[in-house]
Amino acid sequence: MLTILFDGIAYGMVLFVLACGLSVTMGLMNFVNLAHGAFAMLGGYITVILMQRLGVPFLLTLPLAFIGVALVGVVLERVLYRPMYGKNHLDQVMFTIGIVFMAVAGADYLMGSSQQIIKLPAWLQGRFNIGGVGIGKYRLFVLVICGILAFSLQWGFTKTRFGSRLRASVDDARVARGLGIPVNRLFALTFALGSGLAGLGGALGIELMGLDPSFPLKFMIYFLVVVTVGGTSTITGPFFAAMLLGVADVAGKYFVPEIGAFIIYVLMVILLIVRPDGLFARGRA
Amino acid sequence: MSMLEDRVRASLLAARRWHGAEIAFWLLALAVFWLFPRNLLLLNEIAILALFALSLDLILGFAGIVSLGHAAFLGLGAYAAGLLAKHGIGDPLVGLAFAMVVSGLAGLLASPLIVKGNDLTRLMVTLGVALILHEIANSWGSLTGGADGLQGIAINPVLGLFSFDLFGKTAYLYSLSVLFVLFLVARRMMNSPFGLSLRAIRDNSLRAAASGVPPSQRLALIYTIAASYAGAAGALIAQTSQFVSLDVLDFHRSADVMLVLIIGGPGYLYGGMIGAIVFKFLQDTISAFTPQYWMFWIGLFLVLFVLRGRTLIHGGVKLIMFRLPARVRGKRS
Repeated sequence: MLTILFDGIAYGMVLFVLACGLSVTMGLMNFVNLAHGAFAMLGGYITVILMQRLGVPFLLTLPLAFIGVALVGVVLERVLYRPMYGKNHLDQVMFTIGIVFMAVAGADYLMGSSQQIIKLPAWLQGRFNIGGVGIGKYRLFVLVICGILAFSLQWGFTKTRFGSRLRASVDDARVARGLGIPVNRLFALTFALGSGLAGLGGALGIELMGLDPSFPLKFMIYFLVVVTVGGTSTITGPFFAAMLLGVADVAGKYFVPEIGAFIIYVLMVILLIVRPDGLFARGRA
Repeated sequence: MSMLEDRVRASLLAARRWHGAEIAFWLLALAVFWLFPRNLLLLNEIAILALFALSLDLILGFAGIVSLGHAAFLGLGAYAAGLLAKHGIGDPLVGLAFAMVVSGLAGLLASPLIVKGNDLTRLMVTLGVALILHEIANSWGSLTGGADGLQGIAINPVLGLFSFDLFGKTAYLYSLSVLFVLFLVARRMMNSPFGLSLRAIRDNSLRAAASGVPPSQRLALIYTIAASYAGAAGALIAQTSQFVSLDVLDFHRSADVMLVLIIGGPGYLYGGMIGAIVFKFLQDTISAFTPQYWMFWIGLFLVLFVLRGRTLIHGGVKLIMFRLPARVRGKRS
């Protein structure tokens, strides 16, 4: 029982790392980026390639996945995404679906359509047994890393100058711009950070969620749930949304495997009926 | 007040009049039956896709509802018609009506979620509903045949006269007739005060509400209608191919139909048809040399289209459809 809770939390943590970048970019530019999963997939493949072809140790591939995807994010933001900000949601949706399709077919072409498997280092395999509760070592590792990330993000978001500028821009980009905050540069940075985190999440998630070319499509709904339920103006909102989703998903698949896949959809629909503006929505004018 | 009413009535009546280009379009759609007797199966697919896109146009083009899961209603209609035929009621028109009712009811059930939300929640809800249905169809194998698809569908001749053949002769004429009839209904509806009120809601829902249009009610209504249209398209798929697979509920269907509509341009009813022709033609050409990676090219097309091409194509289409006839008329008078 506690094991499932633990697994669910670890799963939710990865989801949070995957989706938090999306929630900030969505809140900041009001930009619907369905291609976020493609960045996550890229991070996963970077790790796979580095480990399988070049023999780089797993731990080292994680920052590389982060940096690699962040760089790609910066370039794409400059070249492709920037012209899309002013357009309506429909165009943005079409555009990012296009990117998802290209990423899916491209990954299929380059890497083959099979599930990718990585070999974790020995010290991350197996599980502890604490008071009858089995705790997977890798899950604990993920939990620690993501926990540190979540805390530092929360700290950065609320305590640093960068964070307060960011929050100001999310609340009202026009006024922020009027006050001399370089919203565009801020956004490019955030976008890079967000896609980098997605890449890292993708790399961490290979073991938990699997990795194949359909990854961006499969998890698109998860990201959207996290963002919509969690809201876009805080870090804590998406965090708890991701936790909830992770635990519900893992528990659902464990206890009622026949209908396990429905759990998150049902959860989402209920949440949207009860709290249409997100779980932790602040009142907005 | 009555002057305003007269003006509204006059403008609605003017929009209801048939352009020469429209008549030519439908005559051409009929003529291709004799012009391309070898491609009737493809033409049938185009007609069905056009109907599906017309359904999306009703909510997206006229009411401004973004949907990422319109395939939900397509698939529901396909399974409804397929199951009905499998269990003994093989009359195509009954199946069509049944599919429309089932999908319409589903649309009505889903509409409270659609009406409430903003763009983002709508995207998510529509996507979620489609995923749920896909999952149900997948796991409820005893009813739907699961991943193997629904087999053993026997469809009676249309009106008891025209039986479905291998070359798609009946299929195309049947689909085209259904498309035409439903198009007429949609055209009449969109050029009525109801259609006007939808456009008012799309452009400014707050203002529409202030001038006495009840947005949620109207949106729920059009969503239900569009769902039943999509159901009709699904029924056509099931009946003309006599097979239903999970593919009808797949995400790519929802994305494709959006692309189709965007290619043709939303909000003037012909967008879906023109888009369907362009789309199927593209698909046919591209998949002739790279069948697996068709998805990549469609993605590239989407990206380029949104970045650059949109104004180009739409400008051209609108010029041919509306400006030119208007100009010709203008010169005459």
